[in-house]
Amino acid sequence: MNVSVVHSEKKNFFQSFSVWLDKDSRLGPLMIAPAAILLIALIGYPFLSAIYLGFTDRVIARAETGNFIWLKNYIELLQDTIFQKTVVNTFNYAFTAVFFKLVLGMLMALVLDRVTVFKNLFRGVMLLPWIMPTSLSVLGWLWMFSPQFSVLNRLLLDAGILQEKIIWLGSPFWAMFSVQLVNIWRGIPFFGISLLAGMQTIPQDLYEAAEIDGANSWRKFWTITIPLLMPVTTVVTLFSIVQTFADFQVVYVLTRGGPVNSTHLFATLTYQTAILGGELGKGAAISLFMFPVLVIAVILQLRYLQRQD
Amino acid sequence: MYTSRTRRRTRVEPRSRVPSRARILRRIISGSGVYGGLAFFLIIMLFPFYYMLVTSIKPDAEIYDMSQFPLIVKEPTLFQYQYLLEKTHFLLWLKNSAVVATVSTVISLTLGTIAAYALARLHFKGNQPLGLSVYITYLVPTSLLFLPLAYVIRQIGLFDNPIALMITYPTFLVPFCTWLLMGYFKAVPRELEECAMVDGCTRFHAFRAIVLPIILPGLVSAGLFAFTLSWNEFLYALTLTQSYAVKTLPVGIVSQLVLGDVYFWGSLMAAAILGSVPIAIIYSFFLEYYVKGMTAGAVKG
Repeated sequence: MNVSVVHSEKKNFFQSFSVWLDKDSRLGPLMIAPAAILLIALIGYPFLSAIYLGFTDRVIARAETGNFIWLKNYIELLQDTIFQKTVVNTFNYAFTAVFFKLVLGMLMALVLDRVTVFKNLFRGVMLLPWIMPTSLSVLGWLWMFSPQFSVLNRLLLDAGILQEKIIWLGSPFWAMFSVQLVNIWRGIPFFGISLLAGMQTIPQDLYEAAEIDGANSWRKFWTITIPLLMPVTTVVTLFSIVQTFADFQVVYVLTRGGPVNSTHLFATLTYQTAILGGELGKGAAISLFMFPVLVIAVILQLRYLQRQD
Repeated sequence: MYTSRTRRRTRVEPRSRVPSRARILRRIISGSGVYGGLAFFLIIMLFPFYYMLVTSIKPDAEIYDMSQFPLIVKEPTLFQYQYLLEKTHFLLWLKNSAVVATVSTVISLTLGTIAAYALARLHFKGNQPLGLSVYITYLVPTSLLFLPLAYVIRQIGLFDNPIALMITYPTFLVPFCTWLLMGYFKAVPRELEECAMVDGCTRFHAFRAIVLPIILPGLVSAGLFAFTLSWNEFLYALTLTQSYAVKTLPVGIVSQLVLGDVYFWGSLMAAAILGSVPIAIIYSFFLEYYVKGMTAGAVKG
């Protein structure tokens, strides 16, 4: 008797709990909570500690450090020639690479859009540089840029395009050229396949109508394809600017920022300063210089998305 | 106006029925342009992989022989692979990568799915701003946060521990899965759950029993993406681990297989090829999902 009462109470409790829970205003926050806790703990908290560290002279394994020094890190960085070079490099790297990725990606999309045989196979194969582990494919490029055995030099010399071999990663100019080249190579398929997907949502009858009105392919491209592809292009480009701006792997694997610090980006300089050099405070300040660009890109993207809605 | 249009149309029609020589010529040129372009992109995109593969099956004598044309191999050998598997920690790193990628994928998919459902379907206070902040965290690059993250991970004593990677990878995977799955949830008609709820189902039960099976393709797609993203991750693994025994494959290969300035190119290329194989396999089986997942965000945006 007693037992059955307890039992039914228990059941009631569970039932009433699931009824109590069965309301959007309670279930919603509960379902969000695990993800939110994770992101607050491992994105929000580290981000705030980066801001704090940026104001201190903290050095790894030195207890007397960690004093609050206001903007000293930032002021020192702005006067530092390596840092100044890094700022120029990062903007150069990001904008040059994104420009070529966009143009060549558009070309790739146009080509793939017109290919009629083995469509899926070609698409799949083209995406390989984008999906393969970047650090490993960049290792392949490191071998192709080898000072002694560079296959690129060999082929270009044999073809008569070069008169003497290039030391790809040995001089500041060619090293920057090389890291950009590899970033572009890896990013073209992302633009290509995304723009292709966008192209295929454009209704065919627009092109047919334009044809009847006597428009040639060039005109069709500029008056139909480009304007209707604007939303995809904008989102993909902004996304790529952020990713390229914050790139680490290509430079780390190919040059580690060298020769003589000439190819450092914000991310690799942060790594060198803070992880290898132990200067946490200064490293945090360097990485926070990336933040404004990120904020601008996010705002532009959100504004654009809102206007589309 | 009307007459001019009809006149223009009558002018067009005979031309399309009887192709003129100029028209055929133009078609051939534009066709060869397309396939020329295709060949151009195929060569550029695939050349590095081809050269890596060729290098990995050459004996050392051929790799460093300047007189030999580098794109061919005379005596193919598996020596480089044998060396890699027997003399290095390759298999250990492979196992580390598999464990870390699997665990972080499962965590991220679970958290991402329930969060995405709530954001896509439930009405509650703060729904909109939360959805927005998920999108913003999705855009945060790992290189902005690796330094403070390394600091925090040291503070909680997880430095050089695989668990550090299993809990930090979800920081970029959860926003990604959530964002991708929200799209899938929004595409499911509301009526399905509402019917079930009228029949006495709770909301959570309707989610589990009715909606989840429908969005299975989305779950597969998000899971595959999460797995490849973890497999390819480099920066966190580089900064949060130190000893060779806990390294993941990409970091192990890049930082441990190079002894000082001496590069063993043959086995390095073998390692790069073998390390990419799991991704290539996943990818070849699920290409359709993959392309759909990759472009979903962009096209919908």
